[in-house]
Amino acid sequence: MLVYIGRRLVGMVPILLVVAVVIFMFLHLIPGDPARLIAGTEASLQDVENVRQSLGLDLPIWKQFWLFFSRAIQGDFGMSYRTHQPVFAMISERFWPTLELAFWSMIWAIVAGLALGVVAATRRGKWADNLAMFGSVTGISMPSFWLGLLLIELFAVQLGWLPSGGSGGFKYVILPAITLGSGVAAVIARFTRNSLLETLREDYVRTARAKGARERVVVWSHALRNALIPVVTMTGLQFGFLLGGSVVVEAVFTWPGMGRLLIDAVNFRDYPVIQAEMLLFALEFMVINMVVDVLYAVLNPQIRLDR
Amino acid sequence: MSQTQVPVGTASVSKKASVDSPWRRFIRRFRRQRLGMVALGVVALLLLLMAIGPAISPFDPTEPDYDAVMEVPSAKHWFGTDDFGRDIFSRVLNGTRISLAVGLCSVFGGALIGMFFGLTAGYYGGKYDGLVMRACDVLFAFPGILLAIAIIAILGPGLPNVVIAVAVFSVPIFIRIVRGETLALKNKTYIEAARATGLRDREIIWRHLFPGTISVVLVYLTMRIGSAILIAASLSFLGMGAQPPTPEWGAMLSSGRDYLTTAPHVAMFPGLAILVTCLGFNLLGDALRDALDRKLTD
Repeated sequence: MLVYIGRRLVGMVPILLVVAVVIFMFLHLIPGDPARLIAGTEASLQDVENVRQSLGLDLPIWKQFWLFFSRAIQGDFGMSYRTHQPVFAMISERFWPTLELAFWSMIWAIVAGLALGVVAATRRGKWADNLAMFGSVTGISMPSFWLGLLLIELFAVQLGWLPSGGSGGFKYVILPAITLGSGVAAVIARFTRNSLLETLREDYVRTARAKGARERVVVWSHALRNALIPVVTMTGLQFGFLLGGSVVVEAVFTWPGMGRLLIDAVNFRDYPVIQAEMLLFALEFMVINMVVDVLYAVLNPQIRLDR
Repeated sequence: MSQTQVPVGTASVSKKASVDSPWRRFIRRFRRQRLGMVALGVVALLLLLMAIGPAISPFDPTEPDYDAVMEVPSAKHWFGTDDFGRDIFSRVLNGTRISLAVGLCSVFGGALIGMFFGLTAGYYGGKYDGLVMRACDVLFAFPGILLAIAIIAILGPGLPNVVIAVAVFSVPIFIRIVRGETLALKNKTYIEAARATGLRDREIIWRHLFPGTISVVLVYLTMRIGSAILIAASLSFLGMGAQPPTPEWGAMLSSGRDYLTTAPHVAMFPGLAILVTCLGFNLLGDALRDALDRKLTD
């Protein structure tokens, strides 16, 4: 197991390196001069040139990359073009709110998704199944920003129960987490239903029924446990969806996370921030995928990772 | 329009077979799915609106009317008017063309590129295959919409760039699917036979492997259109796609959010349009999958 984890971690390095090169190259080869942007529209040619030199933008591109890379592995992602603060500090401030939002979204997605999936599978073909599955497709098709606005309209504007945005406590995270998690809940519901329907056909389920176990025990403790193995993998992979989706949801709820920082950075061509954020998102995503693979092996003794 | 040719294309591929042809079996199975038939109707209607929408639109979608600002839905303005007094129904109607064009172009572009690399990587294997798959790994390293945002960061905002961003976003998915299918088909007897007769690689790929992957690609294509429209709308919502006054659904929603307390209808209808469109394509994709009896997971 440890060998496997080690190998996966080593395998991540070249991909991350290529990701870093790709992000760096593209952001620096595109039209639009960041030196001019920072110096402002009023700046003289000399001012722009000074800014360019102080940021190292006049160096050859490979030298710029080497500078960026050697500093990045020490946690130094340079200064933001926009706020002139260290990028690392800006992002670490925004990192936890995004993780918090992703965490609660996942909790919501798992609870709602599993419940819907089990209800649908145990009432196969009945109206509850049809309703749950139609709800699931709707959840997948629903634009998260619209769902967010509807929830704000209902719970913040009309009922006044929850805040419409910002952060500051658990009640602030409820609406964004529901908004972000619903798409994932829909996918989990579908997957759980199909997986459970397959396991319910297995011989050991028939044996359990034959020996007189109650239906609830058969479903929840015999079938569901085995049906959940593929669901875990899929749920983990959906975490990437949450990370991406958080960009949109954070914009709707003015949540102070990495997503909003990224949008501001893109609009301002704040290269250091864009680079660092993209690298961090990619790293997070890869680590999560690895954890999911390991978890899968732990849950399913038929899989041996060491080989 | 190119999107209507896809089902026709599959028809001609499988029509050569005899009485209970795969094509007829497919039609029979598809017709049994009520929800799929409804979805087909919705998609057909959307395609029609894409073609004739601007012609039947009652008002100019971008012409402000300051005497009719933020009116609630009425007989004159079915969906009400927005903060510039523009008719929301006309804007949603005209937006159909934008959203569908973006969705169709990006997914077809992504599918074409993905099919090319998927087929060739699966068929030739070796170092080339390794290279293609590593490139996919790099693209897959950006979760979800982030790859599209990264591309917008490079190319700058605007609808054409959104099409490119969403296309690139779809490429690795199609590469992986088509490559998998190609690997499965490669060892079938009929491919071996084709190779034994001395057919050139290009002909084997184009005439024998390509038709075999079409059904899977078709299902994914349909499902991806829904998510492509969703991502394009999200980008516009974030201000990275269509710019005002373009009647794009995501951009309309974005400007409507400021009036959520006073005029919720401004944000209501564009959102509903996105939902119905995505629902139509996703349900159609589901029905296609079930009718083709392919075990696919999304």
